[in-house]
Amino acid sequence: MSDLVEAPAPASTASETRRMTLNMGPQHPSTHGVLRVVLELDGETILKAEPDIGYLHTGIEKECEVKTYQQVVPLTDRVDYLANLSNNLCYCLAVERLLGLEIPPRAQWMRVLLTELTRLNSHLVWLGTHAIDIGAMSVFLYCFREREDIQRIFEMFSGQRMMTSYFRVGGLALEAPRGWQHAVDRFIRAFPGNVDEYEDLLTHNPIWVLRTQGVAALALEDLLDLGVTGPLIRAAGLDWDIRKSEPYSSYEKFEFEVPTRTAGDVFARYQVRIEEMRQSARIVRQALDGMPEGPFQAAAPGVVLPEREKMKTQMEALIYHFKIVTEGFRVPAGEVYQAVESPRGELAYYVVSDGTAKPYRIHMRTPSFGNLQALPALVEGRMIADTIAAMGSLDFVLGDVDR
Amino acid sequence: MLSEELKQVRAASALEAWDASAIQEARLERGEPILHIDPARIVAVCRFLKDQQQFVRLSAVTAIDWHPAEPRFEVVYQLHSLARQERLRLKCRVGGEQTEIDSVTGVWRAAGWYEREVFDLFGIGFRHHPDLKRIMMPADWQGHPLRKDYPIHGYKYSYAEE
Repeated sequence: MSDLVEAPAPASTASETRRMTLNMGPQHPSTHGVLRVVLELDGETILKAEPDIGYLHTGIEKECEVKTYQQVVPLTDRVDYLANLSNNLCYCLAVERLLGLEIPPRAQWMRVLLTELTRLNSHLVWLGTHAIDIGAMSVFLYCFREREDIQRIFEMFSGQRMMTSYFRVGGLALEAPRGWQHAVDRFIRAFPGNVDEYEDLLTHNPIWVLRTQGVAALALEDLLDLGVTGPLIRAAGLDWDIRKSEPYSSYEKFEFEVPTRTAGDVFARYQVRIEEMRQSARIVRQALDGMPEGPFQAAAPGVVLPEREKMKTQMEALIYHFKIVTEGFRVPAGEVYQAVESPRGELAYYVVSDGTAKPYRIHMRTPSFGNLQALPALVEGRMIADTIAAMGSLDFVLGDVDR
Repeated sequence: MLSEELKQVRAASALEAWDASAIQEARLERGEPILHIDPARIVAVCRFLKDQQQFVRLSAVTAIDWHPAEPRFEVVYQLHSLARQERLRLKCRVGGEQTEIDSVTGVWRAAGWYEREVFDLFGIGFRHHPDLKRIMMPADWQGHPLRKDYPIHGYKYSYAEE
């Protein structure tokens, strides 16, 4: 026995044998999709982390080039499947700017209302899954209870729970359904109380605080340099929200605050997103109370599909319908970069038109792609368990990363 | 020479004062300034814009394929200045047998993945990129899907041959 104990380990290889390469994913529950992170470990400490993406690459940008402008809308749903209306909105705004369309106030306000509900929807999924990753099981059930209500509202509007495609170039797909005010009102009346419930479960929960405070913090300069946007950068102290700095779709008419924190850690990101939920609820309330009357689509006969009744009585309407459905509408040559604040950060569509009915090139500047790039900087030198918290706080959607 | 409209864009006029020869073409489109930059000067221009014109953010790098025109590609840089709330788009025309341009990863680390994506999907090389390899497609993939001469389907597999 003693011989064995005293036998010296070969000194030259001692440090190498302790290193270990660990594949996290592509099928790991905390990656929320198909992400592979190759971790190089020294014991529990991460020396190097390398995200490997592309598992969900479906060539959406290529696909857009062979669709007409209106046919691209359902593809944008599938980019970020938790914030599909934000993607619909961003794409429609870009094409509308190319066309020079004026969108009526009712459509603009309805878009604000529904994108804010989308933000709530997305943040609820983030909070539920982030908490369950760290071990707080019940928060998930609470969050998905409210998410179900939001999805019912989406279903009411568009007939779909997730892939809504409700915003179209020129306005909305359909008139708002009967009784929508009641459904939104009932939800938004209860929602602030529900946020209090989540906070009761987490904010002062010692386990939650220990797992998140001081974890995966990074200085603001580094985050900016790495291309990070959205709640992550607001949690590091930068007061920047595209809804305020470059308002679109009448956001300048709404009153809300942009929550910021300075710690820049996982807990600060949690606080920022919780506060954002409260602010979004405020916006939804204002949009509901002040919803203007009027048309829900722009007066652009060559772009917006005519009403069914008109098609039966007016020849022009029938011709327009035929032309839009068969060949689409031509968009003047040019290019536009339209950015919006999606739940995850700066979402932008760069649309290049060559004057035909199909986009020449669409580049989607998706927030998850930019944010995920910062993952190595967040976790290197930290413990392996912190990776789970860090990834949860990044709130990426792999469809949004890989497109 | 910049147009009167573009002289109002501070970054554009500052860049012209610093080095007018780097700007090949400039225009304002729907309120968005677009500057065509000499590809050989791109890193110096980006460095100037970041250090002296407060463009701390690089939002994205992408490319457009104008096949069959030559030079075939435009590499597009979307810059953003938070202090001034100003956006600026830089474009570089590149083409030829071996399409290459200098990497701007030394200026913004954010460029890393975006340049890898352009390399993967368009086949444009980035000199001095620290880790230039495919990002979306598998490592052994042939071809570059976002090129205009890459078919939308039926590339690898043909029913007719069965």
